Amino acid sequence: MNRTILTVDDSASIRMMVSFTLMDKGYRVIEATDGFDGIAKLRDQSIDMVITDLNMPKMDGISLVREIRQNPGFRFTPIIMLTTESQDDRKVEARAAGATGWITKPFRPDQLLAVVRKVLG
Amino acid sequence: MMEHFRQTFREEADELLVELEHSLLELEQNPADDELIDRVFRAMHTLKGSSSMFGFDDIAAFSHEVETVLDLVRDGKTGVTKELIRLTLLARDQIKAMIKVSVDNGELDVERTEELVAAFHKLVGTALPVLVPAGLSSSASSQPGDSGLEIVYAIRFRPDRDIFKRGLNPVHLLNDLHELGLCRITAKTNDIPPLADLDPELCYLQWDIMLTTTHGVDAIRDIFMFVGEESSVEIEVIPRESGEEARKIRPELPCQAAGSGKPRTKAIKAISSIRVAAEKLDHLVNLVGELVTAQARLSQTALAHNDTGLIALAEEIERLTEGLRDTALNVRMLPIGGTFGRMRRLVHDLSSELGKDVELITEGAETELDKAVIERLADPLVHLIRNSIDHGIEKSTVRMAAGKPPCGTIRLTAAYSGASVLLTLSDDGAGIDREAVHARGVKMGLISAGTELPDRDLLNLIFAPGFSTSAKITNISGRGVGMDVVKRGVEALRGAISITSTRGEGATVSFRIPLTLAIIESLLVQIGTTNFVVPLSLVEECIELTRTDVAQAHGRRLVDVRGAIIPYISLRERFGIGGIQPEIEQIVVVEVDGKRIGLVVDHVIGGHQTVIKSLGRLFREAQGISGATMLGDGTVALILDVPQLVGDEEVLERRTFGNAPFTEKGTMHA
Amino acid sequence: MHEVTTAETTQYLTFTLEEEVFAIDIGKVREVLDYTAVTRVPQTPEFMRGVINLRGNVVPVMDMRQKFGMSATEKRVNTCIIIMEVMVDDEVTIIGSLADSVREVLDLEPGQIEPAPRIGTRLNVDFIQGMGKHENGFVMILDIDKIFCDDELATYGTDDVMNQLQG
Repeated sequence: MNRTILTVDDSASIRMMVSFTLMDKGYRVIEATDGFDGIAKLRDQSIDMVITDLNMPKMDGISLVREIRQNPGFRFTPIIMLTTESQDDRKVEARAAGATGWITKPFRPDQLLAVVRKVLG
Repeated sequence: MMEHFRQTFREEADELLVELEHSLLELEQNPADDELIDRVFRAMHTLKGSSSMFGFDDIAAFSHEVETVLDLVRDGKTGVTKELIRLTLLARDQIKAMIKVSVDNGELDVERTEELVAAFHKLVGTALPVLVPAGLSSSASSQPGDSGLEIVYAIRFRPDRDIFKRGLNPVHLLNDLHELGLCRITAKTNDIPPLADLDPELCYLQWDIMLTTTHGVDAIRDIFMFVGEESSVEIEVIPRESGEEARKIRPELPCQAAGSGKPRTKAIKAISSIRVAAEKLDHLVNLVGELVTAQARLSQTALAHNDTGLIALAEEIERLTEGLRDTALNVRMLPIGGTFGRMRRLVHDLSSELGKDVELITEGAETELDKAVIERLADPLVHLIRNSIDHGIEKSTVRMAAGKPPCGTIRLTAAYSGASVLLTLSDDGAGIDREAVHARGVKMGLISAGTELPDRDLLNLIFAPGFSTSAKITNISGRGVGMDVVKRGVEALRGAISITSTRGEGATVSFRIPLTLAIIESLLVQIGTTNFVVPLSLVEECIELTRTDVAQAHGRRLVDVRGAIIPYISLRERFGIGGIQPEIEQIVVVEVDGKRIGLVVDHVIGGHQTVIKSLGRLFREAQGISGATMLGDGTVALILDVPQLVGDEEVLERRTFGNAPFTEKGTMHA
Repeated sequence: MHEVTTAETTQYLTFTLEEEVFAIDIGKVREVLDYTAVTRVPQTPEFMRGVINLRGNVVPVMDMRQKFGMSATEKRVNTCIIIMEVMVDDEVTIIGSLADSVREVLDLEPGQIEPAPRIGTRLNVDFIQGMGKHENGFVMILDIDKIFCDDELATYGTDDVMNQLQG
C-alpha cells in the first residue's frame, strides 16, 4: 500500500518540489499551506508521515508538531521539519516538541528521499 | 522538471514581493506593529529558503543579508526606521530585478547589490557575519569512505526510551545499516521489564552492531543523525587483528542475536573479541604473579624432598605456569597507536600555537606493549615532542633559508627489538648546539672547561638534573621541562634512552622499553644475607673477581674481560652491607647506555621469574632499588635499579676524584 | 596540645619497647605477626628496618625503638611485628612495626586519658596522643599517623647518601 505523506509549507514552489519528488517514487502526497490547514488534512486522512516548514504564517511548524503529537493517532508518526541553516537554535525547540528530524534548505530531491526512507523505512 | 520548479518559484516570489512591499509601507505607518514586522521577516525568509532550493543563489545570498537585519529588528535589537524601510524596499526591488534577469538573461547591477548590503551593514552599525553561500549541501548523502577498504565498526546503539514518541523507529535505522554493508546485530534485552510493567510505548531494546563496510564513519553517523542526544551511539573502529578497540566489546549476557534478514556467509574476524574491564586483567596478572612465586616455592620444596614424582609434578606446574604467565601478559598488550594518535593532536595544537609548520609521521602503530607501559610512555613522549616543536623545528622562513623544506617533520616510530620495543622520535630541526651544551656543562660543574668529551657523552649531559632549566640552548631544553624528567620516566619503565644529533639536520631520541612491567626475567644474586635481582635484559655475562685480580689492579676498580677494561661497582660497599665478603666475588656485567659496567656481588644464584612489586610510598626515595619481588622461600628480594646505580656512581667518582670542579668548591670531602 | 575527643571507651593494644608500655588504638591494628626475616633496603634510615612479604604484598617494617632513640630491636622470643593501617599523605598505608612484646587489649574511657605532659616523656610529644591511666601507672598512647607523617621518612635523598658514603 502506498504510504501517504503530508507536506505543509507556505511556499508553493517548495510544496511542489516535495510533492513531485515523493510522488515520483510512489508515495501519495497531500499538501497543506499552513499549520491549521495541515491539522485539518490530518483529521480526515490516513497519514504516515509529515514534512513541514518551520516558519509559516498563522501556525508555525513547531506549534503544528505539538498539535500533531497531542492527537493519540499521531503520537508515533514521523515528522520532518524543513529549516534553514540560520535556524539551528529552533531545531532544539522542534525536537523538544516531538519532531523526528529535519532537512536543511537548500536540499536536493535525493537528500529528501534519503531522509524519508530513513524515518519511514 | 527543474525549470518547472523555478517558474513556480518566480510566481511565488512575485506574490511574496508584492506582499513584502505592502507590508513595508504599512510598517512605515505603524512602526511598532509586531505582526507587520513578522510578516516582513517571514516573506524575506521564505524568499531565501525557496530561492536557495531552485538555484537562485544570488537571491538566496542577498535575502540572507536582509533577513539577518530583519531578524535583529524582530528581536528588538534595532528599531524600525525610515532608513530601514527605504533600504528594505530597495532590496525588494533588487530581488525583483534578480528574478527578471533569470528570465530574460539581462544584466544585473551587481554593484547595486553590494551597495545595498553595505548600507544594511552600516545601518545596524556592526559588520554582519559573512554570509554563507547558499550552495547545495551534501549533509544528507552518505559518502563512501575514501579509502575503499573494508573497515569493521563496533556500534553500540542505546536508544532513548522515548524514541518512538518522536516518530523514530530504530528498526529502520538498523535496516539502513544493512545497506552499508555486512551487519551483525545483537539485541540486548536485559532492560525489558516483566510484561505487567512493560509500557508498549517505550523502547527497552539496545543494540550492538558489528558492521563491515567500505563507507566512512560519517555515513554511519548520517544514519543516526536524528536520534539525538537522549540516545547514545558509540562507533568504534575495530582494528583488523584483535587489537585494542576490539577488546572493548564487553560480553553481557543474556544476549540475543537478531536475525539480520539477509543471510551472510563471510565470517567477521573481529566478532570473536570480547570486552574486558582493565581491572580484571590487572587482577589476573597479579594472580599469575603470585602463582609464579608459589610455583618457585614448589620447585624448591620438591628438590629439597628429592622425590622424583614430586619433582616431575613441579616441573609440569612450572611449564604450565610459564604458559599461563605469557598468555596473561599478552592479553594486556595494546597497540601503541592510541598514544600516537594523542601525539598527533599535540603536534597539531603546538605547531599552530607556535606558528610553525610541522608534520608528524608515525610508523609501527600496531606495535604492542603492556597497557601499563603505554600509559606511562605518554608523558615522556609529550615532553619530547613539545621540546622538538618548541626548540628543534625552525620557522618556515628559517628552514627555507637553510635550504630545507618549509614544513618540519617529526617522525615517531615503534618497532620490536627482542623482548623490548624500540621507540624513536626524530625531527629535522636545527639539532643540538654542542658548544652550548659544553658551556652549560662546565657552568653546572658537570665537566671541567678543558674536557673534550666523546660526542655521545657530551649529548648525555642533557639528561643531567637541572640541565635544561636555564637558557634555551638546545632543541630539547627550556620551558622547565627537563630531559632528566624524561630520562627518569623512561628508566622507571626499566627502559634506556639515548640521543643523537647532527647540527642543522635535527635530533633523534631513542628509547628501548621492555614489553611488560609486571613480570620480568632476571638474575638472582646475593650480598651478605640480602637477595637482589638484576633484570636479565641488562645482563651480559658473569665473571669471577678474585682477591688477586683486585690486588693486580692496584686498587683501581677495573677488570680485564678478554682484553676489554671494564669498571665495576662494589654493591656491598655501595649499599653499606656489613659482614665478610667471600674470597671470590662475582661480577655481573651489565650494559647501560651502551657502556659495560660490572656489579660486584657475593654470589650469583641463578635465573628468576621476577614478579615486580612496588616498595611502596615509604621507600619511594630509595636509591638504586626500583622494587621488590618475592622469592620461593617467602622472603623479599630487591630489584636493582641498574641505570640509576651506574649514573650515581659516575657522579660519585667525579666528585671523589676531582673530574669536575666540585672538589674546588669544598662541598665534598674527598 | 592534642586533646582526646573520643566520647566512648576505646580499645587499645598495648606493647612494650624495651621495658616501657605503649598503646595504640586497636582500630589501627590489622594483625600481629611473629617475627620474620626483614629484608633491609639499602641507603634508607636506620629505623626503617626493611620490607617483609605479607601474603604476596611488600610491607615496610620500622623499628619504633630506633625511631624513639632507643637501641635497635633485636630478635627475642617475644619479638613481633604489629601490622597497622597508617595514614601517609592522606592515604591508608600498611606498615609493620617491631615490638619487643605484645601485652593486652586495654579498654580506656576518655576520663582515663590525660594529655601528655610537655616534658618528661623523653619522646617527641607530637607522637603522643595522650597518657592512659592503667593499674598503677601510665601507658603512652601513640598517635601512629603522626609518627609516619614525619617528613624524615621521605627526605633522605641522593646527596645524603653521597655524604654518608663518603663521610
